[in-house]
Amino acid sequence: MSKKLLTAVIGTALLGLTAHTASAGTLEDVKAKGFLQCGVNGSNLAGFGAQDSSGKWTGLDVDLCRAVAAAVFGDASKVKYTPLSAKDRFPALQSGEIDMLARNTTWTINRDSALGFDFRAVNYYDGQGFMVPKKLNVKSALELSGAAVCVQSGTTTELNLADYFKANNLQYNPVVFEKQEEVDAAYQAGRCDVYTTDQSGLYSIRLSLANPADHVILPEIISKEPLGPAVRANDSKWFDIVSWAHYAMVAGEEFGVTTANVDEKLKTENPDLKRFLGEEKDQHIGKDLGVDEKWAYNIIKQVGNYGESFNRNVGEGSPLKIARGLNGLWSKGGLQYAPPIR
Amino acid sequence: MTDNLAYLRETFLQPAPPPGGDSTVLGWLKRNLFASVKDSVISIIALLVVVWFLINVVDFLFIEAVWTGTNRLACATVAQGGTLPDTWHGACWAYVNAWFTQFMVGSYPRDQLWRPITVAILFVATLTPLLIPKVPRKGLNAILLLIVLPIVSAVLLLGGVFGLPFVETSFWGGLMVTLILSFIGIAVSLPIGILLALGRRSKMPIVKMACVTFIELVRGVPLITVLFMASVLLPLFLTPGTNIDKFVRALVGVSIFAAAYMAEVIRGGLQAIPKGQYEGADSLGLSYFQKMTFVILPQAIKLVIPGIVNTFIGMFKDTSLVSIINMYDLLGIVKASFGDATWLTPVTPLTGLIFAGFIFWLFCFGMSRYSAFMERHLDTGHKR
Repeated sequence: MSKKLLTAVIGTALLGLTAHTASAGTLEDVKAKGFLQCGVNGSNLAGFGAQDSSGKWTGLDVDLCRAVAAAVFGDASKVKYTPLSAKDRFPALQSGEIDMLARNTTWTINRDSALGFDFRAVNYYDGQGFMVPKKLNVKSALELSGAAVCVQSGTTTELNLADYFKANNLQYNPVVFEKQEEVDAAYQAGRCDVYTTDQSGLYSIRLSLANPADHVILPEIISKEPLGPAVRANDSKWFDIVSWAHYAMVAGEEFGVTTANVDEKLKTENPDLKRFLGEEKDQHIGKDLGVDEKWAYNIIKQVGNYGESFNRNVGEGSPLKIARGLNGLWSKGGLQYAPPIR
Repeated sequence: MTDNLAYLRETFLQPAPPPGGDSTVLGWLKRNLFASVKDSVISIIALLVVVWFLINVVDFLFIEAVWTGTNRLACATVAQGGTLPDTWHGACWAYVNAWFTQFMVGSYPRDQLWRPITVAILFVATLTPLLIPKVPRKGLNAILLLIVLPIVSAVLLLGGVFGLPFVETSFWGGLMVTLILSFIGIAVSLPIGILLALGRRSKMPIVKMACVTFIELVRGVPLITVLFMASVLLPLFLTPGTNIDKFVRALVGVSIFAAAYMAEVIRGGLQAIPKGQYEGADSLGLSYFQKMTFVILPQAIKLVIPGIVNTFIGMFKDTSLVSIINMYDLLGIVKASFGDATWLTPVTPLTGLIFAGFIFWLFCFGMSRYSAFMERHLDTGHKR
């Protein structure tokens, strides 16, 4: 009986789900209601999605929401944020409560296929890293044989750790805790030699240690965590806008266009850049995308290029001071690469 | 007859000195703390621990604390990039100061702050006279507080009418959310709880069954599950586009929960009333409602004041569970502020939690003191 009931309930839920995804047209919905509803990190992840003391949302993910709003409305401020936890982010997107999810979400095949979302742009290449006290004089993760490693239980972090040490034939003692705060406390108390979690997280954890300068983050990244915006599947028009909003920011950095100099660059003779800024005659890039021709100009003018956003939120201009690394432009040894805008 | 008695006192006893010697401070100390060597050792150790603890707390909270500053560098030691000595360990009140508005009202638009402030003033203005027994016109006052104030507050806070800009509930936060949730919860749960308790003791089978089912069902599920269900699963079941406000969902969840618990507390009071009271009321020819309102309930509720206040206090603290559905109540917003890189230091979380704990304690302690006062005030025959 109860099984039948459960099946019925789940069936109804799925029915509602498919009915919604089939209706599609997020772009029209967003335009009709006049603002973008963006799902961001609800537990305030420094640098990615966090409220500041005046209640303003800032972060790399938040900038992406603002860029999409700038493309659609020509006004980056037309965003409403829905703070979400790791658990309720997917139902929120499925149910249509939010229009896009920019909540440091890893792009995996399962989420892309089985969960019914679409991923393409990657606004931060993350990966699992290691932090060790400087006094251990460790330069690489390969020197960590025999180390006690603090890790949070039940996460992919724990599995990646086991895989990495096994693959490299290294011994280690896992010191496992259920909660992040417990892991922090154990590492600070010296119960383990190494702290492992996503590298972006290590930088903010290091800031909360008593002596940040006494700890180093090792260069190795042992897992792939491409973080990017997700939208509901089968809505390619909306999917394109969200993806290209990110690519426009990257392209802006490639062109060297910033918030400060974008108006000056309007006078350029470079046809590529003219197309990008919507200055070429008879161009229809924006129209084809479903937005204004000045979409990229608006993004750069109001939000900034990718480099500016990175620097302001997580890079040298922020307390986190994360190096560009994998997130540098492709021409500078990183992975950020915008397909041609033409 | 007298020879049969084993002993017969023939003189008065000399009056003995009052027990315990003297009532001076020294005497008290000797009697209570230093009566024997063992007592003295324990007392001294305990005193040292308390003094050591107090010194550390006062040192952390006040002496070493940083009161002003604009970012984390104000509360950071040299090793952390700031200017304070490396041995420094104190509270970072500058951070609480910077986040204070957030802690109080969340991200409520800063140019509209007069609205929550007005509501707070109205709340205090209607609550205070109701709490003081001597102030007359309790009925009118209760209507003002329980019916007029919520409507006026909803209009003021939400806006969208009379030229007030509309402020969505997603902008609400902090202490404001905690207070609204618990006040509405309390205001709704008491009358519904009374009805449920009466229903459960009713002789009408359907009413009784409905009440029992409701109470047992709601009490049998953890609040956190209901909140989670309301926030995550409900939107999946509803047709797309129908979006019941998250705040309203939480409000309903918290209220029905409190009502179910309250019903059982009040039922305890109803059962403590001797059968003679019911029969006496019946023999006077009172109707059911007259019997309840004039005879039974006034006695029953008075008996269970500690239980009622216990439920209130529990509920006040339970509202912090809404942070798991990403509503920023006081505790939620304090926790969220830990992610603010501008203020990220080792002492920030501790300072924030101390602040939140202090606010919660203020309210809970206030409620408990008031209930103690009310018990003394109402206690007209049970005192032992």
